[in-house]
Amino acid sequence: MVYGHSDMGRSHVVDPITLKILVAGGFGAGKTTLVGAVSEIKPLRTEELLSEAGRPVDDIAGVEAKTTTTVAMDFGRITLREDLVLYLFGTPGQDRFWFLWDELATGALGAVVLADTRRLEDCFAAVDYFERRGIAFTVAVNCFQGANRYPEDAVRDALDLDPGTPVILCDARERESVKSVLISVVEHAMMASAARR
Amino acid sequence: MSADGEGDARWFDDAAGPVVRPYAMTRGRTRSAAEGKLDLIAVVVADSVNHMPVADQTLSPEHIDIVELSRDSPQSVAELAAELDLPVGVVRVLIGDLLHAALIRVSRPVPPAELPDERILREVINGLRAL
Repeated sequence: MVYGHSDMGRSHVVDPITLKILVAGGFGAGKTTLVGAVSEIKPLRTEELLSEAGRPVDDIAGVEAKTTTTVAMDFGRITLREDLVLYLFGTPGQDRFWFLWDELATGALGAVVLADTRRLEDCFAAVDYFERRGIAFTVAVNCFQGANRYPEDAVRDALDLDPGTPVILCDARERESVKSVLISVVEHAMMASAARR
Repeated sequence: MSADGEGDARWFDDAAGPVVRPYAMTRGRTRSAAEGKLDLIAVVVADSVNHMPVADQTLSPEHIDIVELSRDSPQSVAELAAELDLPVGVVRVLIGDLLHAALIRVSRPVPPAELPDERILREVINGLRAL
């Protein structure tokens, strides 16, 4: 054989199809936890835009246990097949980073809006953003300890969601739970695109 | 910063930030002609083994890192930025240089505004179920 092994292997590798799902939600809602529960890599961080100096202005009422702010985009990866890779991007948890959302949302398959029932108003902006742009999303209610549990319908009413938008109770730490949330996003995206055709 | 370093005005190591300011690596450029195709999930592939970019004096160590990382396996723009610990904006400019020099190629993700076809979405669902 003339070629070394690495040459041969390399030339047959198919470029993977890459897809992304966004994970939005308020500060401390559990976005990075959710990404970490299904990612095959420890969630990576792409850009640090906020230094420690930004911390005092974050409103942490109700989420005091959280010590660091997701200042940029934490992301994880799920290799579904050698040539099919799904990336999960946590959106910046603060309103002043809205400008980053447009770039993240471009080409996204869909989104998860992670809701904390103690601070449901934190996800109004995300719900509004995805509705306006016609991006399919599922609302995943993260069932925190110490938070009251509300039925899906109560959350749906409180967020004034379209009837077709799925609402799922989840535990962002549990892989199986997060898997069903992601499947719901893709199914919803598929239905939405079929309806448009 | 470590707890015992708090209140200390001097910065050491990581706390002092990078020795080279990120945009110095791009010689001040913040945009790349290739930017439009460099989505966070665009995949960078360096599959030519003939090029030896290490010998190219115009390339920075970061350029070479990108080529070497994406030679091992295809890397998304986001992964390269995380791996090199550089802002995405900087990495895009560097990738643009490498594209221009034909040392790498970039495979674009599904065009924005178009969802992947139903077959791919079904494969994603099946893939997630099988995890």
